[in-house]
Amino acid sequence: MPMTIEKAKVTMPSDREVTVTRSFKAPRALVFRAYTEPKLIRRWLLGPPGWSMPTCEMDVRVGGNYRWRWRNDTDGKEFGFVGTFREVQAPSRLVHTESYDPGTVGDGYPSGGEALVTTTFAEEGGITTMTTVMDFGSKEVRDAAVKTGMTDGMEQSYQLLDGVLQEPGI
Amino acid sequence: MENSRLDATFLALADPTRRAILARLAGGEASVTELAAPFAMSQPAISKHLKVLERAGLISVGHDAQRRPRRIEGRPLAEANEWLERYRAIWEQNFQRLDALLEELQHTPARRPARKRTKKRRTP
Repeated sequence: MPMTIEKAKVTMPSDREVTVTRSFKAPRALVFRAYTEPKLIRRWLLGPPGWSMPTCEMDVRVGGNYRWRWRNDTDGKEFGFVGTFREVQAPSRLVHTESYDPGTVGDGYPSGGEALVTTTFAEEGGITTMTTVMDFGSKEVRDAAVKTGMTDGMEQSYQLLDGVLQEPGI
Repeated sequence: MENSRLDATFLALADPTRRAILARLAGGEASVTELAAPFAMSQPAISKHLKVLERAGLISVGHDAQRRPRRIEGRPLAEANEWLERYRAIWEQNFQRLDALLEELQHTPARRPARKRTKKRRTP
């Protein structure tokens, strides 16, 4: 039975993956639309303040491509992601590849590293829980992608951090 | 925070024994003998783990020359946690915008006749 996740939860379920989970007060058909229709995506998938999404192309069918680009409002620099849909099961499941497009930002994101992103939408009692699993294919690419060199046991580490940080005097 | 330092922190945290040592030290400082006691490990093996933790700046050695107690250093942990929190916060910002969008869409007259307007809800 899915639990309601009111705040985005980030975990590292394996060496290669990062998972983000969050619940929404809406039927999953609507959440799925917000996740797949460019007009809607551009309203929320913006990252930190100061970025807009000038490019959002979605060809949501197996073998179809997508292209996302963000622009920094201050210096006009852009970066993005591109990929191909591998599975499309509206409104419950979406699988696509994801490659970094350095645009004019460049950045140290691993070049050629293609992630496989699986997003599932589970609805219960009018609440939809969206789970996104990003599989970077290898520990090396994931670590580079998240730029922290995180190693196995990260999730436990995070839980430990939670515990440790609650100790007095820290 | 430098990436290399963060790498050292996460590498040090990747081992279950080292996490257990940190959990123990979170409760107060302890000598190598005291730290070794709960583990089926030799003192040199424990000392090796302590070296890794020390190099990562996660623990330090107290002033008592006899006991040489180890104690936890909170800053690297706090910094590592901060990084993850930043990553999470970016997602959370996106999702809060998505919350607002979904709310708006549910209050906009339905385009499809199948969707009943009576389902319309108000947030508490």
